[in-house]
Amino acid sequence: MTSLTELILFLVVLSDFAVLGTSRLSSCIRAVALQGLLLGLLPLVIDESLTRHAVGLALGTVAVKAIVLPAFLRWAIREAAVRREVEPLIGYTASIALGIAALAVAFAVANVLPMRGGEAELLIPTALVTVMIGLTVLITRAKALLQVVGYLMLENGIYLFGLTQARRVPFLVEAGVLLDVFVGVFIMGIVVFHINREFDSISAARLTELHE
Amino acid sequence: MIPLALVVIPALSAGLAYWLRSGRARSRVLITCGVVHLLLVAAIWIEGDHAVAASGWLAADALGRIVLTLVSILFLAVAHYSVGYHAEQRARGGRRGRAFESCILAFLAAASLVTLSHHLALLWIGMEATTLAIAPLVFDRRDRRSLEAVWKYLVLSSVGIAFALLGIFLLATAQPTGAEGGRPLVFGDMIQHARQLDPAWLRAAFVFVAIGFGTKMGLAPMHAWKPDTYGEAPGHVAGLMAGALTSCAFLGLARVTAIAFAAGQGAFVRPVLIGLGLTSLVIAAAFIVGQGDVRRMLAYSSVEHMGILVLGLGLGGAGAYGAVLHTLNNGLAKGLMFLTAANIVLAMGTSVASEIRGLLRILPASGALLVIGLFAVTGSPPFGLFISEFTILRAAFTEQHPWIAASTILLLVVIFVGIAGMILELAYGKPVPSHAARGGGGSTERASLVVAPALLAAMVLLLGVYIPAPLADALARAAAVLGGHAP
Repeated sequence: MTSLTELILFLVVLSDFAVLGTSRLSSCIRAVALQGLLLGLLPLVIDESLTRHAVGLALGTVAVKAIVLPAFLRWAIREAAVRREVEPLIGYTASIALGIAALAVAFAVANVLPMRGGEAELLIPTALVTVMIGLTVLITRAKALLQVVGYLMLENGIYLFGLTQARRVPFLVEAGVLLDVFVGVFIMGIVVFHINREFDSISAARLTELHE
Repeated sequence: MIPLALVVIPALSAGLAYWLRSGRARSRVLITCGVVHLLLVAAIWIEGDHAVAASGWLAADALGRIVLTLVSILFLAVAHYSVGYHAEQRARGGRRGRAFESCILAFLAAASLVTLSHHLALLWIGMEATTLAIAPLVFDRRDRRSLEAVWKYLVLSSVGIAFALLGIFLLATAQPTGAEGGRPLVFGDMIQHARQLDPAWLRAAFVFVAIGFGTKMGLAPMHAWKPDTYGEAPGHVAGLMAGALTSCAFLGLARVTAIAFAAGQGAFVRPVLIGLGLTSLVIAAAFIVGQGDVRRMLAYSSVEHMGILVLGLGLGGAGAYGAVLHTLNNGLAKGLMFLTAANIVLAMGTSVASEIRGLLRILPASGALLVIGLFAVTGSPPFGLFISEFTILRAAFTEQHPWIAASTILLLVVIFVGIAGMILELAYGKPVPSHAARGGGGSTERASLVVAPALLAAMVLLLGVYIPAPLADALARAAAVLGGHAP
């Protein structure tokens, strides 16, 4: 069981780097959808027994993070006729380098933290690195749509961290968190759509009218 | 059962309002729901601590009850005001979307959930829901500036609140498994078993929660969204945000702080809170002096008062009592100021200070309320904010922090000069004829646009001269939870 968990976590880290390294918007969305699918599988493999709680969480996660939200983001690209390139503020090589640095920091921090035992060894560093790479995408990408992708990755990282507590946090709470993320991305998507219509490009870098 | 009703009734009303086609029917739903909510809150005060629902996840302790009451009063004031505001807009041929009532009712449901949650993850869900419910209302004018404001608000708040969620998960990690730790993330149990919490995880949790809920409160340096959002949102929506939403975020931070105090982490937590408080005061003072826009000035005033809240919390002792009282006072005063500012924008068509003069002659009632509000928000006697600020400042002396008290007083004086300089000029200057004409003459003020801010002004004044016994009792008990005491 543990080797399967670690394989999935390894793939999650790979999908983080895929978002950092690709130049096409649609590939980024595909990578984040794959990440959502992997996240959905995790509760099933971490728990030895298949509880109703784990199955419900897995189904909800896959439905929201792997199917509905990526489909919605693809809709936004198509409807808003967004140009297909990522247009990063820093180069792809620099992005990857930042990602590797984040990976090193994540492992260093995870080594220091006292664990209560029982959790998969790679879960905490994977969670941390996903949070950090999500933040990197949010900050270094000018396109509003990619900032939404970054936010989604940030939430994915926090979800991974939440999995260490999954057995103790009731299902209602997880459902509520998923619903909030869902509505949040939905509203962001609609705003992205309006930004594109107003500014003829969904680049958040053009949002500069308000300042002191 | 009352706590559950306080969340469910507004949520159902939100759905109902979206389904109704007639604007008048939606307004009726809005007002009815506000009145029912306030009556239920009154019932909670009578029932006291027995008001518990959902096996202890929802309860109305003294701290939550005070914030809940503030939310309910402000909501009714804003709801009443919005009916007159929309009537005025309709009279000028403006259009408006259907979503206003639904969004604002959804906000009431979410804010009630925050104040009543004793499960911290549930509190987070409510907090995130308040952000999302209010976001469409910021985008009211549907132009570039409001688009930019709503995007900044959404991204910064969402990232901030994601950090708060991480902090709450860290808090769960700090709790030992099994019976000795209590139920996971249930506030009462965590306080009771606080000594069993792992200190390293607890500190990490506090830092993330302080960043997360601090962003929602608009504490400096996480306040970047605030002036843009309050400057672009309609005045009454901004009033609800500055009065109710930020107070809910403070409640979230206060709950986690209470747990950290109970676990004996005061030495780690207090400097963080005091530092955030002083930074906010400095930033507010720097940007209020010379500010050219009324609503942006009010946004920085909100940064200032959020700073005072965490300062009181961090100082402890009577400061905790002052902070809870200040939450109430600041919320009411912000409602008063933003509703008055909305009247000004409605009449003059702008909130740029240099284009507005002689308000006392053009809009006598709103102009007078603006001057009253000036003395209320700057904490002058006899208003409630004077009492709460004075309590916090005295706590700084009694807790052996004379330098903090001295620098706070200095900053408050600077802020007073900045706000008074702008507002007195608006009220007493010579009217600019062209701008008075732009808003349709402005000779008549609708009574429905003045009632709500006037009542809020009366309440701030009342709290300055008399605190009812049940409120005083609740304040003392809330202060005790936050590791302080009544002065």
